[in-house]
Amino acid sequence: MDEVAIIGVAQTRYQRDNPASHAEMAYEVTRKALEDAGLTIDDIDNTVTVCNDFWDGRTISCMTITEATGSHKVPTTNVEGDGTYGALMGAMRLLSGLHEVTLVVAQSKVSEGIPAVITNAMFDPVYERSLGLDAINSSALQMRRYMSKYGITEEQCAKVSVKNHKNAKSNPYAHMPLDITVDDVLKSRVLADPIKLLDTSPVSDGACAIIMAVDEVAKKRYSKPVWIRGIGHCADAYHLGDRDLAEVDALVSAARRAYSMAGIQDPVREIDVAEVYDAFSYMELMWMEGLGFCGRGEGGAMIDSGMTGMNGALPVNPSGGVLSAHPVQAAGLARIAEAVLQLRGKADARQVEGATVALAHGIEGACGQGHCVFVLGR
Amino acid sequence: MGEEKRDSGPLSITYMADMPYDYHAGFYYSRFLKELKDNKRIYGVKCPRCGKVYVPPRIVCRDCFVTMEEFVEVGNEGTLLAFTVTNFPYTDTTRGEPKKIPYTAAYIKLDGSDSNIVHCLDETDEKKIKAGMRVRAVFSDTRTGDYFHDIDHFEIIQ
Repeated sequence: MDEVAIIGVAQTRYQRDNPASHAEMAYEVTRKALEDAGLTIDDIDNTVTVCNDFWDGRTISCMTITEATGSHKVPTTNVEGDGTYGALMGAMRLLSGLHEVTLVVAQSKVSEGIPAVITNAMFDPVYERSLGLDAINSSALQMRRYMSKYGITEEQCAKVSVKNHKNAKSNPYAHMPLDITVDDVLKSRVLADPIKLLDTSPVSDGACAIIMAVDEVAKKRYSKPVWIRGIGHCADAYHLGDRDLAEVDALVSAARRAYSMAGIQDPVREIDVAEVYDAFSYMELMWMEGLGFCGRGEGGAMIDSGMTGMNGALPVNPSGGVLSAHPVQAAGLARIAEAVLQLRGKADARQVEGATVALAHGIEGACGQGHCVFVLGR
Repeated sequence: MGEEKRDSGPLSITYMADMPYDYHAGFYYSRFLKELKDNKRIYGVKCPRCGKVYVPPRIVCRDCFVTMEEFVEVGNEGTLLAFTVTNFPYTDTTRGEPKKIPYTAAYIKLDGSDSNIVHCLDETDEKKIKAGMRVRAVFSDTRTGDYFHDIDHFEIIQ
């Protein structure tokens, strides 16, 4: 479908303890995305914000960035999940026929709160919470289950961290560009085995914005816009115990929907570059499987083959991914922004040459409960 | 100049107020918690259509989207599917106290259940734990209707 185009993108540099306020960060990316699209705030006829009350430490936190995003004069609503869902909402607004240009702004200041407490609050307060589950040790359960079911090794997971932190050295927005070895990852501090410090993503503050337009506007104003070719999303069960944590059913379903809409039959061949939500090293391997880039249990062999490296057939996370910058609400939207830069040929030192089809992926909930997949093309 | 710059830099304000909640356990969890407290029994609920047993019990079957009403007892023993020895400091949000580390979070399939539960294992040496081991629930002598207290922990069946 060539009905919705992405015509502007902007990101802050991601960092810990960014002293800017939520509104200041949101304003920075709003202004830069408008500049990128060659528009003014008066061209925006609706907005979607992506704010989460627990992460932001205030109730109905989206209301704190209305002015900063120019949302006080137009229809606006908030999505509290990942930024990819904000983009989904934005695209639906345009497809409804009621609007022509949507601004989506996601922002997060993870360093303001205590991630272990905030992510613990994801879990059922009666039955799961006081065990002390949070994002890290629930993911450790998932990594262990994935490793033991499919024979994936800690070394293979560590390779993802090495690759993505290295890629981040070419991304001026990344929080954690690092030259590390597999051995460094394996010897880093054990947080909740098998997860070590360098298997995890950093505590990052930052914001990302994209501007989308309906085809009439996009075709009139831009010679070669980036189009949304397909979107798919799907969620799995809430309780960890109701899923097999080694499986990726919801992602398989989300990807199938996105590929079907985009007319993609052979994702490995047809997709040139992918930006996926690797909150932990092992997740990138699981998501490769769910996205159909390899078979079930073959994520480890795929990283071993080098196929997902910058010089491989399907580079994954040339930006450095979420492992190199994790501003929670904005992290999925940043995947879309990075995919757009790749398709424009404007990704500078991290450019995948000749990319014409890109995939961007976001997750929400514990251990990738929900997945949202975008296929973009030019 | 350096001094002036530091003085004029952005500030932050600390928020330390408690924001307590009294979460309603609902009908299904309440039945589950009462059975643990009064009878040291672990209950699930069975789907009338597919027959799947969920622990803890909840109102609707994920797969069939039908109301589940048949409460069934499951075993106090099961199979360990995954585990992690947690080493970072953590506040128990129910009690507001720091948890003792390390502790071992466990992902267990109880006998007779089709879903898995989370709880803790009393073994914190990861070398002594393997996925696939058999484990058993150990109940507290004084039970209060709190899942993580009434089942004190799971132990490895030697």
